Amino acid sequence: MGFSDSLYARKFGLTPRDLERYLAEALSRGGDYADLYFEYVESTSLSLDESIVKSATQGVTLGVGIRVLSGERTGYAYSGDLSPERVLKAARTAACIAAGPSTVLKSGLDESGRLDLYPVPVPAADCSLAERVALITRADTAARAADSKVFQVMASFADSIKQILIATSDGRLVWDRQPMARLNVTALARAADGRVEHGYQGGGGRVGLDHFTSQNLPEKFAAEAVRQALVQLDAEPAPAGEMTVVLGPGWPGILLHEAVGHGLEADFNRKNVSAFSGRIGQLVASPLCTVIDDGAMASRRGSLNVDDEGTPTQQNVLIENGVLRGYLQDKLSSRLLGSATTGNGRREDYQNIPMPRMTNTYMMAGESDPDEIVRSVPNGLYCTTFGGGQVDITSGNFVFSATESYLIENGKLTRPVRGATLIGNGPEAMKFISMVGNDLRLDEGVGICGKEGQSVPVGVGIPTVKIDKITVGGNA
Amino acid sequence: MTPRNPQEEIAARIVALAQARGATASEATLAEGDEFEVNVRLGEVETLKEAGSRAAGVRLLFGQRVGSAYTSDLSEEGLARMVASAAGLAQISTEDPFAGLPDEAELGSLPGDLLLYSSSVENLEAAYKIEQARACEAAALAADPRITNSEGAGFGSNTGWRAFANSLGFLGSYRSSSCSLSVVPVAASGDGLQRDYWYSTARSHDKLEAPEYIGKKAAERLLRRLGARKAATQKVPVILDPIVARSMVGHVFSAVTGEAVWQKASFLAGLLGERIAAPGITILDDATMPGLFGTSPFDDEGVPSRCTPVVEDGYLRNYLLNSYTARKLGMKTTGNASRGVTGNAGTGHGTLYLQPGEQTPEQIISSVKNGLYVTELLGSGVNIVNGDYSRGAAGLWIENGQLTWPVHEITISGNLRRMLEQIEAVGNDLEFRGSVACPTLLIGEMTVSGH
Repeated sequence: MGFSDSLYARKFGLTPRDLERYLAEALSRGGDYADLYFEYVESTSLSLDESIVKSATQGVTLGVGIRVLSGERTGYAYSGDLSPERVLKAARTAACIAAGPSTVLKSGLDESGRLDLYPVPVPAADCSLAERVALITRADTAARAADSKVFQVMASFADSIKQILIATSDGRLVWDRQPMARLNVTALARAADGRVEHGYQGGGGRVGLDHFTSQNLPEKFAAEAVRQALVQLDAEPAPAGEMTVVLGPGWPGILLHEAVGHGLEADFNRKNVSAFSGRIGQLVASPLCTVIDDGAMASRRGSLNVDDEGTPTQQNVLIENGVLRGYLQDKLSSRLLGSATTGNGRREDYQNIPMPRMTNTYMMAGESDPDEIVRSVPNGLYCTTFGGGQVDITSGNFVFSATESYLIENGKLTRPVRGATLIGNGPEAMKFISMVGNDLRLDEGVGICGKEGQSVPVGVGIPTVKIDKITVGGNA
Repeated sequence: MTPRNPQEEIAARIVALAQARGATASEATLAEGDEFEVNVRLGEVETLKEAGSRAAGVRLLFGQRVGSAYTSDLSEEGLARMVASAAGLAQISTEDPFAGLPDEAELGSLPGDLLLYSSSVENLEAAYKIEQARACEAAALAADPRITNSEGAGFGSNTGWRAFANSLGFLGSYRSSSCSLSVVPVAASGDGLQRDYWYSTARSHDKLEAPEYIGKKAAERLLRRLGARKAATQKVPVILDPIVARSMVGHVFSAVTGEAVWQKASFLAGLLGERIAAPGITILDDATMPGLFGTSPFDDEGVPSRCTPVVEDGYLRNYLLNSYTARKLGMKTTGNASRGVTGNAGTGHGTLYLQPGEQTPEQIISSVKNGLYVTELLGSGVNIVNGDYSRGAAGLWIENGQLTWPVHEITISGNLRRMLEQIEAVGNDLEFRGSVACPTLLIGEMTVSGH
């Protein structure tokens, strides 16, 4: 498909000449580089509780963000109005950051290649609303039927299509269509003694509706949400203090996101404010650990054909056999550090400046049998579901909160225990990983990562791992 | 009512379009904002951002069916498309017997100037804002030779409009402004790096703390963290400094929203009138105090703002409700409707604060023989359904009534219900910094997990 077939040419009549004119205006006061990021997003969200579809919302947002780089300085402006006068005004505002001679604009824009990770012939947005409503009503019915202790079910479905166009002063022109869909189910269950607990399951990715009607059925989401709520009704207080913890496969990969991922974002390292600054080539994890960030995986929530600066995504090795290999780069950091780009320049939307971010972050499978890992623990905790996490990238201290855990006693899972936060220090905690399972699993597609006020969708994954020592914040 | 400005005109126009399309009721919101942000790092401007945006939303009812839509295209065609989209969505939603607008008699707006907007913010020159950020960072860097790095200092300013109209004849709008200045210095000690921050935010420029003060305060907070280590696992009294104590008030808010209460997804559901906190604890939600961040003339359904006691002398007095959750619970709205520009209203708060006590923070610290003084909390380990609480923490250890060595990489845990009952002292150091405020709190006993 050529540029003339893109949404921006068809719907808004943009031509490569217009884009060149805007870029020239952005560099009119000097600067090393400028780019334009156009974004058009159509979204729908439907939600149900008490078996009633109470909320149905659709919307469209549109805008362009214009950036000028001059040394370490970034000038940024945006407009929600694509009329040439408004775009030129934004370009002039962004240009104010620069002073001095401009790097000559490469003449002409070349249409750049990109991956094709999420073809999605029929995106959810093109399916009827009734088909989408059916997903949440099915989830509701299944959750209510699953157990008589369930007294409240909330289900929601959200989908969007984001169409982006990026033009850069180094001559790159690229566009992409980025679908996203997600189903969420929350169940509340009440025990005979009146105690109430909730369970949650969500999932999706850069997929169409068929994702939820072929394998990842709403009934599976419902069963999992109910299962979690029922387990919590039986849970006792979690233990407190340092102990051996086994993480189950999949979403517990949030450990990698918090313990190492953020600390490896190049902006923090360029500024020497990360606990990982200056540690490339050093051992920062057990030799059993190889950690990857890969934006080029098919259909996943954190995947992108090109990042939000137009760079194709790729598989990046962050930690190889315990040794720190590289940082996550955006254009500015890679230029200032003299490193190759990695396709990790991302932004929440056209109103925000891109920065180095994770995509899909996971640990490679090891060789241990997961059952054997649990059997090897005389006394400890097995954590299989997590809520959120957070990290102080400067000290390296990170937390992530388990929502489903079991005591391990004499190599066996015994009683469920209630929510507990795990805390550790990034460059140190992963040195205590003593076993890595052969069961790498990726999460269901629910991750949202926040940094400096910007949220972006991400994925995580991990096999079963054993951490010999980490602090568990229980209350027993 | 006659629109008084272009913002109200758009909101009124949307309601007219919705009613013309046959909606039995409708409401429309217009939001408009301009933002400026500059970040300075090690004395040099790093980023400069300036822009404005507008968006509108509609929520309409056909009988008891609801549909919503939003757009950033405010042309007549754009608004018409948005209304058509919402009308289509109403067809696929289910009849909800409780859906609706507030009663007409409940609508209204607080009179007088609430000091939400100050032209002082709009009139600031970019060069001045850059200098303020520079001065703030310089003060932090100059405070101590161990502070050698920084994540930068930022000056931000925002101005905006919000207009709301509904088919019962409500039409209102207000303009607001804010500015903020913050800095994040970084220091190295033998065993690694630490950072901390300080900030100030205000609706008018003259209420902003001085750059030098903010820089010094950030430096003080940072320096006392250097050399932090883990503490032993134990049960001890825990003091929350005002910056982290605010999160306790935030958790109470989450637990008293109408949604959490009628869904029974709250540890405070069903406890109205009962003692849920220590005697003397009073938490107010006041959206009427001029110039504060939680203040507005009306909520996002057009119901006038007010002051609602949530907890009085330890007793749970009120839930915070919008018109929907009020109908669900058989109560009256408390004017706490909140939303972006569209959708069913959720619950928001005004200036939500815990009333100050008599003791100075120093007196409270001196009352603790062995305990933890918390200056930072990490993570989201709070379960509003059952009150379970477990979060990462950093701060200072208290020995014999004195702050001694810095602590980090620990968690504090308990249960919110017990924590509220075990508040043993409340400081006199209440400061309104944002829309949630709390003085220093002493919680009788929590579990500290460390080594």
